[in-house]
Amino acid sequence: MSDTAEKVKKIVVEHLGVEESKVTPEASFIDDLGADSLDTVELVMAFEEAFGVEIPDDAAEKITTVKDAIEYIDEHKAA
Amino acid sequence: MTDTPPGMFRLDGKVALVTGASGGIGAAIARALHAQGASVALSGTRRDALESLAAELGERTLVAPAQLAEAEAAATLVGEVEEKFGRLDILVNNAGFTRDGLMLRMTDADWGAVLDVDLGAPFRLARAALRGMMKRRAGRIVGIASIVGATGNPGQANYAAAKAGLIGMTKAMAQEIAPRGVTANIVAPGFIRTPMTDALNEAQRAALLGRIPLGRMGEPADVAAAVVYLASGEAGWVTGATLHVNGGMAML
Repeated sequence: MSDTAEKVKKIVVEHLGVEESKVTPEASFIDDLGADSLDTVELVMAFEEAFGVEIPDDAAEKITTVKDAIEYIDEHKAA
Repeated sequence: MTDTPPGMFRLDGKVALVTGASGGIGAAIARALHAQGASVALSGTRRDALESLAAELGERTLVAPAQLAEAEAAATLVGEVEEKFGRLDILVNNAGFTRDGLMLRMTDADWGAVLDVDLGAPFRLARAALRGMMKRRAGRIVGIASIVGATGNPGQANYAAAKAGLIGMTKAMAQEIAPRGVTANIVAPGFIRTPMTDALNEAQRAALLGRIPLGRMGEPADVAAAVVYLASGEAGWVTGATLHVNGGMAML
């Protein structure tokens, strides 16, 4: 697992208080991990801070799964 | 505020931002929050007035002039406060101005300018402040509206709309942020004594006071006391509320 994936997983676990085993790449924040809309905004804020990336709103809307987040961050960090 | 029992409504260690602190009500709010122990960032358009207020208050102050009509100003201002004090716990959206005129003669520019500063800026400031507040699971946002936002007032379509809008926005925001322990409330002042009300003649004065059951004009300190309450820990179960401070002029 990449560094990004590890870090994303850790943030999700901490933030949503879910078991690590549930945070699979395909897991949807809302449908599988019990996040509400406020949680998803906060997750994006946490990702932005942790990785030093800016995630604009239209991109944030498309980040619905753990994998989406990892891919977006890998594409945009330290570019 | 010196008569409050020790320990009640204390704000020691908290950081507040007051917009419109160069005006009478804003300065009174800043003084009251400061007296309760908060560090206070003073924002406004007139630097000299902010500086003399800061000099009066002494330590735990930041002078942060801003032109809130500019879209970027809100985020910059919140950033400045967070950089200086490390956090922002209490946002008081007090800045506002009027550009009165009858509807029939009100220009789009006068409508837009008042809506933008009196409603747009509080929105932008709250949005910027919420980031840190939500993360810390605590925070207070207090908007200064007006009796006019609830009752209307001829010649103030723009101002009344902005203040009513501020109340609606605050209720929506309060629901969004409640799960994170952040509250949002409104203080709606009635007629507060200002140089303008001082200039009224005897007959005008009597007519106005006749509409105020408590029989006097409000003082800036009356508004400030309400803000202190809503900013305090004691108001932790109050959100989305409008606290009318108007001498009984409108009992809402």
